[in-house]
Amino acid sequence: MHLIGELSAVLATALFIFALYWMNDPKTARRGVIAGVTGMSVAVLATWFQPEIVHHAWVVGAIAVGFLVGVPLSRVPLTAVPQRTALSHAFGGLAAGLVGTAEYFLWLGGPATAAVQLTPFRMSALVAEVILGFLTFTGSLMAAGKLQEVRWIPQRPVTYPGQNVVNIGVLALAVALGVLLVSHPAASWAGQAFLGIAGLALLFGVLLIIPIGGADMPTVISILNAYAGLAAVAMGFVLNNKLLVTAGALDGSSGLILSIIMCRAMNRSFTNVLFGAFGKAQPALAAGEQKEWKQETVEGAAQLLEQARNVVIIPGYGMAVAQAQHKVRELYDALTKRGVTVKFAIHPVAGRMPGHMNVLLAEANIPYSALVEMDEINPEMPQTDVALVVGANDVVNPAARYAKATPIYGMPIIDADKAKTVLAVKRSKNPGFAGIDNELYVQDNTWMLFGDAKAVLGDLVKQFGGGGIH
Amino acid sequence: MSADFGSMLFVFVLATFIGLGVIRRVSRLLYTPLMSLTNAISAIAVVGSIVVTGADHPLAIRILGAVALFASMTNIVSGFMITDRMLKMFKKQ
Repeated sequence: MHLIGELSAVLATALFIFALYWMNDPKTARRGVIAGVTGMSVAVLATWFQPEIVHHAWVVGAIAVGFLVGVPLSRVPLTAVPQRTALSHAFGGLAAGLVGTAEYFLWLGGPATAAVQLTPFRMSALVAEVILGFLTFTGSLMAAGKLQEVRWIPQRPVTYPGQNVVNIGVLALAVALGVLLVSHPAASWAGQAFLGIAGLALLFGVLLIIPIGGADMPTVISILNAYAGLAAVAMGFVLNNKLLVTAGALDGSSGLILSIIMCRAMNRSFTNVLFGAFGKAQPALAAGEQKEWKQETVEGAAQLLEQARNVVIIPGYGMAVAQAQHKVRELYDALTKRGVTVKFAIHPVAGRMPGHMNVLLAEANIPYSALVEMDEINPEMPQTDVALVVGANDVVNPAARYAKATPIYGMPIIDADKAKTVLAVKRSKNPGFAGIDNELYVQDNTWMLFGDAKAVLGDLVKQFGGGGIH
Repeated sequence: MSADFGSMLFVFVLATFIGLGVIRRVSRLLYTPLMSLTNAISAIAVVGSIVVTGADHPLAIRILGAVALFASMTNIVSGFMITDRMLKMFKKQ
């Protein structure tokens, strides 16, 4: 029986690695899902068939409710995928925190000999599991709430003097209690201390996310992803289960790599994202000369696009908000039919989570061969006839190249300003998330199209005689 | 017990290196599905939840386990399903 358990753990690990390996190409990626499902089924069945599992009705019940909630959660509109992802990090953290709590009180309340099992190593892993699990739980819930724009969770970063001191103090207190527990795992006050750690971790998760705003979400979701993975690793250490350690480590390293890529794409460090609230009121940039926007009509814009040989569309969060991806597709069809080469320039942090724009455009049936990464499209921008900006702002702001006083300074941008003509679709005249004016919009060769992205693009498509084929 | 610690740490370090190597090759197009896939995989916490829920433990412990099992199972089901749903949309032409 023990052998079967070990072998199935090895098999599941191998399948999980293959699942991730196949994600290197969209052609093989769906195989990865099959590998993942198979690995997970093997692991679940091998555990379930252990003789110590006797309350089968409980297991069946909890699994059934999991299906009842999980299936609808997998059918959310793709614009809601960032919230769903944050919510699933919350569930992952909750599971780790609860299992850790259950294990600790089992050991504490067990027969006297059981207390011997609480070695310093295992107790440290337990403390780590509970802190990581519960902070990921509340932190991810807050992030999901901000992304879903729940009314009582402020969207804008909330900051107050001494915020970082308070945050670090709460975490330090939890860690200090943890150190005490490691040296006295079975003391008379140990149960309360353990619950204290759990409470402080829950509080820390909330405090950590309060000062974070929308544009930082891709990074924050990636970091929470890494925490959820590490919580699973800690659980593996506690339960002496190698499968948990490997699967958690795979998840953790994925979160880590994505966090690094996101931070690099914003030219910021981890600590800066977590402790340096972005999007606070910024000093106005070059307050002196105020240049005027130049507005273009839909007819004029259509003419510009029709006469172009190549067009680069730069989508941003505004496209997701307006659900404009299907209109973008119709425009893509209309222009392609007229012999215009259309490409999409994807900034790594466009949207609210890594890869957000790619998924939305794929949903609208735009072939992925037309989606081009920032580094590859930038050398082509000077030869581009028209750059069409759809709901993107900070990721095309030339101020990032030289304006040292702004928070976006040093952030790599898509060189929309170097195109021969720029058309920008924008909902309102307000500045972008970072609160900085975008001088791209007042450039001599830029023309603005104000309005909801979906409506504006719809009107544009009509100029091409309906254009879209569906 | 110290042998445990050594071998577990060993497994952790190797798995992290494999993870970093494999994830680095993942197509940039697929970062959103990657996140939902790794999320489903890390719901392997289901293994710990089943033991806590199903073994003959006191009622309170089993309730904690059942909630954890529900949370993990939700992640497994919704994670794999939405990953597949998104991957289906990526077409070359």
